[in-house]
Amino acid sequence: MNSIILQLAEKYIRWIFLIFSVIVLIRGHNQPGGGFIAGLLAGLAIIFKGFAFTPGHVNPKLENRSQILIGAGILAIALSFIPSVLFGQPFMQGSWFIFSLPAIGSVKAGTPFLFDIGVFLAITGVVFMFFFSLTTPK
Amino acid sequence: MITTALPILVPFVFIIVFLFLRSSRLTQWLSLFGSSILVVVSVYLYSRVTSIGIQVLHVGGWKAPFGISLVIDHLSGIMLLATSVIVLSISVYSFSYIEKQFPFSRFYLFFFALIMGVNGAFITGDIFNLYVWFEVILMSSFVLITLGSKKAQLEGGIKYMALNIFGSLLFLAGLGLLYGQTGTLNMAHLAAILREEQHALQVNPATILFFVAFGIKAAVFPLFFWLPASYHTANITITSLFSGLLTKVGVYALIRVFTLFFVQDQHFWHNLILIIAGLTMLVGGLAATSQYETRKILSYHIISQIGYMIMGLGIFTPLAVAGAIFFMVHNMVAKTNTFLISGVISRLKGTYQLKEVGGLFIQNPLLAILFIIPALSLAGFPPLSGFFAKFILFKSGIENHNYLITAAALLTAMLTLYSMTKIWIEAFLKKQPDGTEANPAQNKLSVFDILPSAILGLISVAMGVFAGNFFGMCLEAANNLINPVLYIETMLQ
Repeated sequence: MNSIILQLAEKYIRWIFLIFSVIVLIRGHNQPGGGFIAGLLAGLAIIFKGFAFTPGHVNPKLENRSQILIGAGILAIALSFIPSVLFGQPFMQGSWFIFSLPAIGSVKAGTPFLFDIGVFLAITGVVFMFFFSLTTPK
Repeated sequence: MITTALPILVPFVFIIVFLFLRSSRLTQWLSLFGSSILVVVSVYLYSRVTSIGIQVLHVGGWKAPFGISLVIDHLSGIMLLATSVIVLSISVYSFSYIEKQFPFSRFYLFFFALIMGVNGAFITGDIFNLYVWFEVILMSSFVLITLGSKKAQLEGGIKYMALNIFGSLLFLAGLGLLYGQTGTLNMAHLAAILREEQHALQVNPATILFFVAFGIKAAVFPLFFWLPASYHTANITITSLFSGLLTKVGVYALIRVFTLFFVQDQHFWHNLILIIAGLTMLVGGLAATSQYETRKILSYHIISQIGYMIMGLGIFTPLAVAGAIFFMVHNMVAKTNTFLISGVISRLKGTYQLKEVGGLFIQNPLLAILFIIPALSLAGFPPLSGFFAKFILFKSGIENHNYLITAAALLTAMLTLYSMTKIWIEAFLKKQPDGTEANPAQNKLSVFDILPSAILGLISVAMGVFAGNFFGMCLEAANNLINPVLYIETMLQ
């Protein structure tokens, strides 16, 4: 596709995708959303660039980063198991920590969120990998 | 207890490690280390099952029937033990058969993904979770088949993938029906509800979907086409791994659901299973006789052996189910072993075609001894494991007046003997055919070629010599399967 409007708009739409994916990730605990959908949204950002220009315009360094993303994601998932093991709770039970931050107030974070972040990273990596294996001629 | 989750967690940790490491000497030793841990874990878990009782873990602290439960009973324990032994021997074998460069650089990653899927399927107590583990197995095995990027591998892999995805679809549809009807996915809770259900018509649609789905996974008679189309294309290490694990997960799932909650209308279902079992063993056995490629003979032969396991389920006495479990473990060990040997033969001779090899008995007597143990075991010679496995099944068949299936099983035993004799005569006794070299590749066998076969051969012998002890383990598992009160109570308390 060769549309100047789309190519100019892409710079800003990319950030909409990324910010929206983070919002979806955070609200996913009790409402529709979560790591999987957020990961797909974040992956859309580079697919959109590929659409607006040509797939060749996407930074080829991202191809190697996709594997790191998948690895980091699975690592985060594994880390989220550790508190339940350390505290002697049933395996994979969620642990919650409440701490207060300046300006935001008290924040509640727990291992389910870490798990979701892991899914988010892994799925983003998978979308990157799909993108490069489907568009790069071998 | 967290230990219940270890059969899944250990491969999971190694998957993460292998994500960051490409294949090298280090990953080979790491994989050997991981498989040794798995052996220790499964021995420990089985000892806990026998000494304390059925092990249950409600993941995340969500009590059954609401959360996902992992449960290890006697059958799961035995299957974990058998799996870990196979995995250990494959790990050793992979030292000389998996190249370290490109197509195989990710072998160990998917190897451990497959183990995670298989172990997960054995220990899950949730029917939807079982579906998820089947998908994990399917994905990783598809990648493993096509490692090497050859045209034939892609063709075989796509056939494998297409038929198995269809099976997964039927499984999903079946468990949807069950969930709509009972409102639960926990296997013990399902059993508690469905065992009260007197009207078979309520359950039969789900039963037939499950039967066909697991039938595809286990490669029973009219549904086995994916197996001979794909197995011989993969690297021999991977084929050996599949022959030991993949179809047995399907058989395990069949045994689990048909003893736990599909117990209505037993007369009809058990007759159907027996008919399928007879056809599976005969068709597989006959198809094997017409092949002259070792991997194809052995692939068809897997199918015929599946028939025996299903036969034990169809007769459905404690003795018969114990026989099926005994046969399953015996078959995992011996069948993998024959595949390993066929790989060694091709390493020496450069081909899998029986017509082009010969003279191995003189060239390498040790290899001949290592082959004759699993071959005679599969054919059912005392004092090896196969004799007792078949003996238990025949005995239960005659006691229960299932004469037709017993006759079919006897006939298949002769076909098995024929196939094994064919490989023995063609590869070992026959003289090297004219115009072919004795050792074209100039390969020397190392300890990594011989050791796995030696381990598995020793286990075959030990299962025969200590058949009484092992039969006791299987009978205990079978009693717990046919009368699953303990399973249901432990899970739902």
